Formats: sequence, C-alpha cells, structure tokens
Amino acid sequence: MMETKSIMIVGVGGQGSLLASKLLGKVLMNEGYDVKVSEVHGMSQRGGSVVTYVRFGDKVYSPIIEQGEAEYIISFEKLEAARWTPFLKKGGTIIVNSQQIDPMPVITEAATYPANILEELKEKGVKIDDIDALSLANQAGSTKAVNIVLMGRLAKYFHVDYDKWIKAIEQCVNEKFVEMNKKAFELGYNY
Amino acid sequence: MKEIMIGNGAVARGLYEAGCDIISSYPGTPSTEITEFAAKYEDIYCEWAPNEKVAMEVAFGASLAGKRSCCAMKHVGLNVAADPLYTLSYTGVNGGMVICVADDPGMHSSQNEQDSRHHAIASKVPMLEPADSAESLLFAKEAFEISEKFDTPVILRMCTRIAHSQSIVETGERKEIAAKPYEKNPSKFIMMPGNAKKRHPFVEERTKRLSEFSEDCVFNKVEENGAELGIITSGTSYQYVKEVFGDKANILKLGMVNPLPVEIIKDFASKVKRVVVIEELDSIIETHCRNIGIEVEGKELFSCVGEFSQRTIAEAFGFEAKEFDKADSDIPIRPPVLCAGCPHRGIFYCLSKNKITVHGDIGCYTLGAQAPLTAMDSTLCMGASVSGIHGFNKALGKESEQKTVAVIGDSTFIHSGITGLINIAYNATNSTVIILDNSITGMTGHQQNPTTGYNLKGDPASKIDLETLCRAVGINRVTVVDPYNLKECEEAIKRELAVEEPSVIISRRPCVLLKYVKTKAPLTVNADKCKGCKKCMKLGCPAIRIQNKKANIDTTLCVGCDVCSQLCSFDAIESGDC
Repeated sequence: MMETKSIMIVGVGGQGSLLASKLLGKVLMNEGYDVKVSEVHGMSQRGGSVVTYVRFGDKVYSPIIEQGEAEYIISFEKLEAARWTPFLKKGGTIIVNSQQIDPMPVITEAATYPANILEELKEKGVKIDDIDALSLANQAGSTKAVNIVLMGRLAKYFHVDYDKWIKAIEQCVNEKFVEMNKKAFELGYNY
Repeated sequence: MKEIMIGNGAVARGLYEAGCDIISSYPGTPSTEITEFAAKYEDIYCEWAPNEKVAMEVAFGASLAGKRSCCAMKHVGLNVAADPLYTLSYTGVNGGMVICVADDPGMHSSQNEQDSRHHAIASKVPMLEPADSAESLLFAKEAFEISEKFDTPVILRMCTRIAHSQSIVETGERKEIAAKPYEKNPSKFIMMPGNAKKRHPFVEERTKRLSEFSEDCVFNKVEENGAELGIITSGTSYQYVKEVFGDKANILKLGMVNPLPVEIIKDFASKVKRVVVIEELDSIIETHCRNIGIEVEGKELFSCVGEFSQRTIAEAFGFEAKEFDKADSDIPIRPPVLCAGCPHRGIFYCLSKNKITVHGDIGCYTLGAQAPLTAMDSTLCMGASVSGIHGFNKALGKESEQKTVAVIGDSTFIHSGITGLINIAYNATNSTVIILDNSITGMTGHQQNPTTGYNLKGDPASKIDLETLCRAVGINRVTVVDPYNLKECEEAIKRELAVEEPSVIISRRPCVLLKYVKTKAPLTVNADKCKGCKKCMKLGCPAIRIQNKKANIDTTLCVGCDVCSQLCSFDAIESGDC
C-alpha cells in the first residue's frame, strides 16, 4: 500500500492558492489516487498567512499536514517558505516564488523582514527550488498566474503526463483565462 | 460519478439528491458554501435570510407546507436560531427538515469555539456528524429520512476541517419527493401551553426511539481489530485516529452523536482493556460513557481547547514525533489586514486619530482593531456594538456619549443591529452609530444581503434604504459620508458626537474587491518631496512601506483610493495618471 504523500501550498491571502490546490487535487484524482485538499477560508483571506494541505495515496485519512510531514512545500512568498519549513519532511523540497511581500508588522516597522531568507534555509540543508514566478506570470500575461507558474514547476517533480496537467487546467480555469494559464504552466515547467 | 468536493459542497449535493426544495441561510464561516453550492442546482430554491433565526423559521414554514427544507449557519448562528430550534423540537416537521451547523474548533474565523452538540442535547434534536465529503453527502440525505421517520428536525454538524476539506465523493441522482399535503393541525403546530404540554412527552418518547435507532444506525461503526485498546471517536477526530493507529486499535466511530447509543458502547468497551474517547472541544461522548457506567479516559489526555491533528493523538499516546527543522524565531507574523483601498480604513483612521472609544462588531472591519489603527474597544457578537454602546453610555453618561461610537457593517446591521438602534432611540441615549455600508457581506466572501439590491442568485431584489430605515425607528440625524474623504468623515464624526441626540453616520462605499468596482491607477511617491515623516504609515495600508527612509507604494497592491495623499503634508503622494 502506498504511503500517503503530503504537499503544502502556502502564501499570502489573495495570491490564488485555492486555484492551485484545486488543480493539483484534480490531477491527483484523475491519476486514481485518494485525495484530500484542506484549506481555511474567512479571516485568513485578508492578506494573512494562508496554508492549503494536499494529501494523496491509496487511502488518505487526515486532511491536514503536521510538522515534518510534507514532501513538498510550494511557497508563494519567501517569508512564508521560512515560516512553514518545520512542516517539511526530512529531505523534502521547497519550491518558492522569490517574491517579497511585507507583512503588516514589517510595514509598521514593529519587525524587520529577515535578509537572505532563502540563502539561510539552503545553508541549513533545506532543498530550495526558487523561481521568479511573478516575472514568469507577467510574461504569460497576468501577475495573477503566479499560482499556475508554480504548479508548472511542481509538475517537474511528478510522474504525471504533461497533457494531463493541461487537461486539468482546462477543467479548473475559466475559459477566458485557459490559454494564459497554459502559457504560465509551461513557463514554470520549463524554467 | 466520482468527483472531488469540499465537505460543504458535498452537503449541498446530498440536499439536492434528497429532493430538498427550499434552503434559507445566513452566511458564516465555515458554513457559507453549503448554500452557495446548493444555489447552483436549479431544482432548489435558495436564499440569504437577514439572520439565522429568520432562516430557520423559513425552513420551518417550508417543512410545515410539506416540502423538504434546510437552513445552514455557523455555530454561533445556531445561538441566534436557538429560539425556533428548541420549540421546533416539540412541533416536529411535516416535510423533512435539516439544520446544517458548522463548528470552528481552533477558531480560524470565529469569536468562540462553542460545541454545537450541546444545542442538540438541550433541544433534544438528533445530530449527525460526518467525517469526510462522502459522508457529508450521505448523511445530508439520510438526515431527511430520519427527520420524516421520527417527526423531528435533524442537525447535521460540520466542522472547519470537514466543511473546507475536499475529498472524493460518488454522486447520485436527485430523488424527487412529492410534497406532503398540508393539513391544519393546531395541537401539533400551535405551541401554546396547552398544546406544548402534550408535545413535551412526545419529545421524550421520540428521544427513546431515537436512542434505539442509534443502536442500529449504520453510521455508528465498529472497527474490530482484535486490539487491547479501544478508541471511541467521531467526525474529523476519527481521521486523525486512523492516521495514527490504522488497524492497530479497535475503533468505534460515532456518526450519530445525539442521542448516543448505549449498548454498542458497552459491547465495544467489554472487548478491550482500555477505552479512550477522542473528541474535539467538549467532553460529550466521554460524559455519556461515564453516565452509562463505562470507565474511559478522555480529557485527561486531550484538551477541550483548539483543534486536533494526527500529532495531537500521537503525542497523547507518547509516540515518537516526526523530526523537523525548527523555524527561526524572528519570522514576523503575518496577520490578516484591511485590504489596500478598503473603504473601512478612512473611518478607522479618523476614530484612531481622535482617540474615540469604539464598540466593534463582526465582519472584516473587526480588523480595525489591528495595529496601527487599533480603533476598537470591544467585539462580542453580531449586533452587540449597537446594543453595547447604549449600555456603555447609560453607565457613563454625557462624557462617554461625546467620545464613543459603535461601528457595524451593513449586513450585520440588518442581522441584529437594527434592534439595538431601536433601543437607542426608544430608551434614549445620545449614541452615535456608524454603519460601514460596503454594499456586500464581505468577510464570508461577498454574499448579497437586503441592503445590496440583489438576491442570492444575483437577480435584482428589494433594497433597504438605510437612511429611511434609521429615521423610521426614531433617529432624526442621519448623515452619509464617503470614507475615501477623510475631512468629510472627521467632521461628521466630531459633529455627531457633539450633538445631544442619537445619530447615525452611514459610511458608504462598496467593497474594493467587488468586481464592478472600478479602481484607479496606483499612486506613486515623489521621493524628492517625501520627508519620511511616516504620517501615511498610520493608515496601516498594506501597499505603503518605508524604503530608504521614504514612503514607497507597491503598485501591484495600490488601487488609487487616494486616502494616503490626503494625509501627506508635502504633496509627495501623486496620482498615477501624471
């Protein structure tokens, strides 16, 4: 029996992690896995730190991921990558959008945004795959496509046919934005 | 068909397949999507009611008329609807009636973490609790069967982790249910003392029959694994137990959590050496076990506070925890904030600047309590700002009346603020109430309400005129301001606080996230003019930060609301169109 695998999608409220998790859940279900995707709506949407759990395997029980359990963390922002590192399994990989979004305590100067976050994580031995997803999203046609660029990058690590991802994008995304998102996915995949 | 659905979507699917005809709800995280998903099915009439009490009474009316009906709400919403609930238990139903209630252990988006099972026990209404999306669909359907068979409303208890987790469901077809004929039946449906006295024994007798039913209910499942340890659990806790123990413990999973079975539990306990009850929030199952003479462990191992996870369970049993890297201790927190361009910000800035005491309420604008605005003194429950300020001002008198306001959103005002305002007018305090009218129910994700002019489907509907409404209840001073205009807001606040009669200020501007709102080009800071005085930083706008001792505006976030430029003494913040 295949052990349950865990992927976390973390970021800042409003960055589009819900669509990313929907796409990932769809792809995994189409592959025949049991899947659970767990997210929190409400208060955390207002620019706060948000986290989505995706778990798949032969049979998935808990919808949430605990410390030391995630094979992959996809982080939409640098500071969030550092915040959620404890949830990474030993030997796991963090795919991170190298964008900086200041949280309110940094804006009000009650705290400082740590310098060289990703370098420090790398020094600690954490596998970091950083990607300028914002620029690639822009290149695809919208800054909002950061989520799909990152999914494209994650797909590199998966044994799922490229075409199946594209099919899932067609199923999950509003028709008007399908072409733009396919482009974003491709840019992330080939980065 | 196999589909992946969030628990709330699966509940909606279950309601649809069960032939449910009418749903009336009030939005509240984590219950909102039940009604939103249900509204996508043409066969179900769905509406947003002004509050949960109205929603439940609408569902009652539809049930009385013979149709299958439903209402959905969050846990604290059930308090608002408790009045009809407790007597609905007496009347019972005609068409089946299901009450969906979503608890929020861990308080992801709530003001308390009360356990709705207490309401089921106290009102003597049966309650089902699913543990994933597939069960959410199945239990929603079965709830109608139980409702009609036992002549009772049935509560379907969700929680955040079931409501907002997607898992795989097998969908079926809708079963059209013929409406039951409506027949006048005063002794069953008119709950005056003479009739209610006869209905109470019925409720007690029904509870007995429901207890017997729960002994055979397929939702109460024993997993016999020949272990010495037996775990009794329900809902999301079951998933954590399975994650940790797999088949290494005997497990009794309770899907019907009120009334709880007796014989199944006794039989289950007799086959193991140790029984542990694992339930989030309060010790309902544990207390029941003790009451029927079963020795169990429960809250000595598990907290009543917060939500569980597989780690909670593993730690309680002393299992080795998974290794992980600790995070650096200096990672700044990222609390939720009012969005860039949020129309609430201007009002809160004026209140903060003038050191006004603020009675707050439930909605996005509770974030006005956050630094640097910190313009809030209390937040209790829906509507409490308007009622609370009256009590506060009665207690402290004129001095308080001139430096205290209540703030409440448009939807919350209609939900239960209006009654407080009637009290202010009727029992006379010179209180000042600010209605933050952003033309939508914001926090729960943009639901229409009676002030927006649209119904749940987005079709045009009757629109409450807030000014006329306030005047009608006896408030003579009603002012409308644009929260993007700081001068206008500050003058109105000062003026209305000073006058010796009650007043309402309506701060009107639609939520900046609404699709129809046209935003302007982002503003820019002229670095030559900026002196780095940080006055603009007092707004707590996520788009403004200090870089190299000068203000800097993030053009990906700024929507050109122009509030910050009104604060700048050096005209350093310039329109993006220049």
